[in-house]
Amino acid sequence: MIAAAIEAHPVSGAMAPGHGDGGPAPIRIIVSFGFWVFLLSDIVMFSALFAAYAVLQGHTAGGPTGRQLFNLRHVAIETGCLLTSSFTCGLLTLSADARSKAGIYLAATATLVLGASFLGIEISEFAGMVARGAVPSRSAFLSAFFTLVGTHGLHVTAGLIWLLVMLAQVATRGFRPATMRRLGCFALFWHALDIVWVALFSVVYLMGMG
Amino acid sequence: MLGKLTWAALPLHDPIPLITSLAVFGLVACVLGLVTLKGWWPYLWREWITSVDHKRIGVMYIVLALVMLLRGFSDAIMMRSQLALAEGLHQGYLPPDHYDQIFSAHGTIMIFFVAMTFMIGLMNFVLPLQLGVRDVAFPVLNSVSFWLTCSGVLLVNVSLFIGVFARTGWLAYPPLSELAYSPDVGVDYYLWALQISGIGSLLTGINFVTTILKMRAPGMSYWRMPIFCWTALASSLLIVAAFPILTATFAMLLLDRYLGMHFFTNDMGGNAMMYINLIWAWGHPEVYILILPAFGVFSEVIATFSGKPVFGYRSMVIATMAICVLSFMVWLHHFFTMGAGADVNGFFGVMTMIIAVPTGVKVFNWLFTLYGGRVRFNVPLLWSLGFMVTFTIGGMTGVLLAVPPADFVLHNSLFLVAHFHNVVIGGVIFGAMAGYNYWFPKAFGFTLDERLGKASFWCWLIGFYLAFMPLYALGLMGATRRMQHYDNPQWQPLMLIAALGALVILIGILLQIAQLIVSIRTRDRRCDVTGDPWNGRTLEWSTASPPPSYNYAVLPEVSGADAYWHMKQDGNTPTASPDYKPIEVPRNNPIGIMLAFFAVMSGFALVWHIWWMAIAGLVCVFAALMVFAWREDTHEEISANDLATSDRNHHRGVQPA
Repeated sequence: MIAAAIEAHPVSGAMAPGHGDGGPAPIRIIVSFGFWVFLLSDIVMFSALFAAYAVLQGHTAGGPTGRQLFNLRHVAIETGCLLTSSFTCGLLTLSADARSKAGIYLAATATLVLGASFLGIEISEFAGMVARGAVPSRSAFLSAFFTLVGTHGLHVTAGLIWLLVMLAQVATRGFRPATMRRLGCFALFWHALDIVWVALFSVVYLMGMG
Repeated sequence: MLGKLTWAALPLHDPIPLITSLAVFGLVACVLGLVTLKGWWPYLWREWITSVDHKRIGVMYIVLALVMLLRGFSDAIMMRSQLALAEGLHQGYLPPDHYDQIFSAHGTIMIFFVAMTFMIGLMNFVLPLQLGVRDVAFPVLNSVSFWLTCSGVLLVNVSLFIGVFARTGWLAYPPLSELAYSPDVGVDYYLWALQISGIGSLLTGINFVTTILKMRAPGMSYWRMPIFCWTALASSLLIVAAFPILTATFAMLLLDRYLGMHFFTNDMGGNAMMYINLIWAWGHPEVYILILPAFGVFSEVIATFSGKPVFGYRSMVIATMAICVLSFMVWLHHFFTMGAGADVNGFFGVMTMIIAVPTGVKVFNWLFTLYGGRVRFNVPLLWSLGFMVTFTIGGMTGVLLAVPPADFVLHNSLFLVAHFHNVVIGGVIFGAMAGYNYWFPKAFGFTLDERLGKASFWCWLIGFYLAFMPLYALGLMGATRRMQHYDNPQWQPLMLIAALGALVILIGILLQIAQLIVSIRTRDRRCDVTGDPWNGRTLEWSTASPPPSYNYAVLPEVSGADAYWHMKQDGNTPTASPDYKPIEVPRNNPIGIMLAFFAVMSGFALVWHIWWMAIAGLVCVFAALMVFAWREDTHEEISANDLATSDRNHHRGVQPA
């Protein structure tokens, strides 16, 4: 539909699509722009959880504090996994642009492994805390901690499932425009999770240990 | 197996919910039976339920809002009649437990499923037409949004028959809404219904922002967009920025209730005031999400029926965007009594007064648009004039409440109730009605009856003043909100006048239903073949009524604000084109109603702790998404021949030979 609209107005490509003069923007731009707006809304949701964490950080109700629970070495490895997976996700985008299936599979596998390692470390960290009695219902601080970090973890899980689905799409469908657009959105999503993690790492772990 | 769900959940011993349940079930069964007998299902499925056409979706939103208006209004009539009776020794007919559910349901339904749904419906119908394009940015997502809203509606209404609804007011403040004080399923119904419909609203916001910023007819620069598009943009931006806060806040309350966490509890370090801050960080932008599109409707209606361009177009746009930003800086005025101190209260009081300034700019702009115009007093304009007077009064009482010391006296009184009904009915509902009467002929090709429309307007206007002016006085006399019974005999005369006002509004609603029925029956006489019954100014009036599914056979070229008006002035209206190119439109898609069905399944299961069913619902959602992701042939082509035939027909209607 949109592609046809562009054909009806051949000037559109030349005149800054979407800024008024050229008519509707091409579908590729519409989809990524819409997904950007979604990511912004997702970041607003995280900011509400961050605000709750900031308010409740000191409300430990006599239970364990962050300083007693956090292990910066584990968190540093987690951060390394996630940041590296962002790099391999960049390679995924390059492979997609080059229409290289082998490249996509390789980069996606690396991203999957790194993402899964991140999750694995996070889950074992959570399990360790629970074993020490630091469960989410122990104090307001722990509720806020598990919710904020856990929401990010759920996003990473969703991202991993999404990436698996995209691999299946590439395998069964090849390089269709819709598949390429979805891969582009996945990359945006994965990088956005990195940005959230950087904030999380600083606010929760670094400031919590300081 | 069925979690907390037992036969005790059915209201077999409460006559009012039982009779209501049976009546509603009977009505729904009759409607479904009629549809089945008449064999309308294939038509409904093909043309409406699976439609991804923004106009069809817009109409369905508005139908949903009108049905929910009846539901919310019956709650209102019950509250007003209860308070007319329950003085001194008389306890009225509604026990406190039931009364609490009624005012909670009334607020929830009226804000989320009437005001919000109506405005989103209008935006859906109008935006692509005004922008001169063929659909919204993501047509299938649009259908998903609509059906998720329906899921929320369904869950809220199911609580009437199975279990209870929240008794916590429309915002479910903790600690009352925590498990310790609300152990039954009422709050869970509230939370899951609003979480599900909230996702729909967020997706709508994203869809509209993308549509307005990335899809406009050639030549339509920002400064040439109709005011309604600007206000819809501001409203959609607010949805994108505010609804995630609501989602996060409700998620935290759900975690408190389901996993025993301590975000807002009284013990273990929880902080209930944090909920109230967060919910109003969403809630105040929400009132502008509702009112800004209404401002857009009034701008279009007043310009059209004055035969003049809107006065101060640029100041109108700047005022709209200023409100959009400022709406995030006033949330604390909803709870000055929190005790944040004089400095904080002073800041938010001043910000609240400042946000009245751009609103005042708009009122003057509308006045100056009318001034010197050839004013036609059709129904949409009457609603707009009624709005200008009523909303200004509501705005002034709002500025009064913005003064913290005054607010300490008036907080949670009926004065506040009168104030926000003054702006929500006088602003949003009047705007919805103006838009409904204004765009109805565009949607269906015939106009609504003017005489019944005017009668309905006067009933609403007079009924509003009778119902809510006494509440200002009662508030000043000390009557509080959410009160089921009172002992002061001096309040009763005013309560009786308020109940009378509600009855007058009821007559207004009945007249509106009559207007619709009469107009449909006499549609042959009130048929509009030109597509432009009001001598309109914006692009939607340049296409046929009802518009073809693709809106425009050839996208219009825009050379200024009030694009269609200038085309008419220059004798340059779109004519049949010499050659048409085939276009692609998205095919129907059942994913919306499927996802909504599974969302209801999961939501209901979560309310009653039926874990296997909740998981099954989520698995089905995932499966449906996978089917959607692998779907072939998502678009179909409309041939150049079909385009030519339908477009030439329309142009013959505009210029009868």
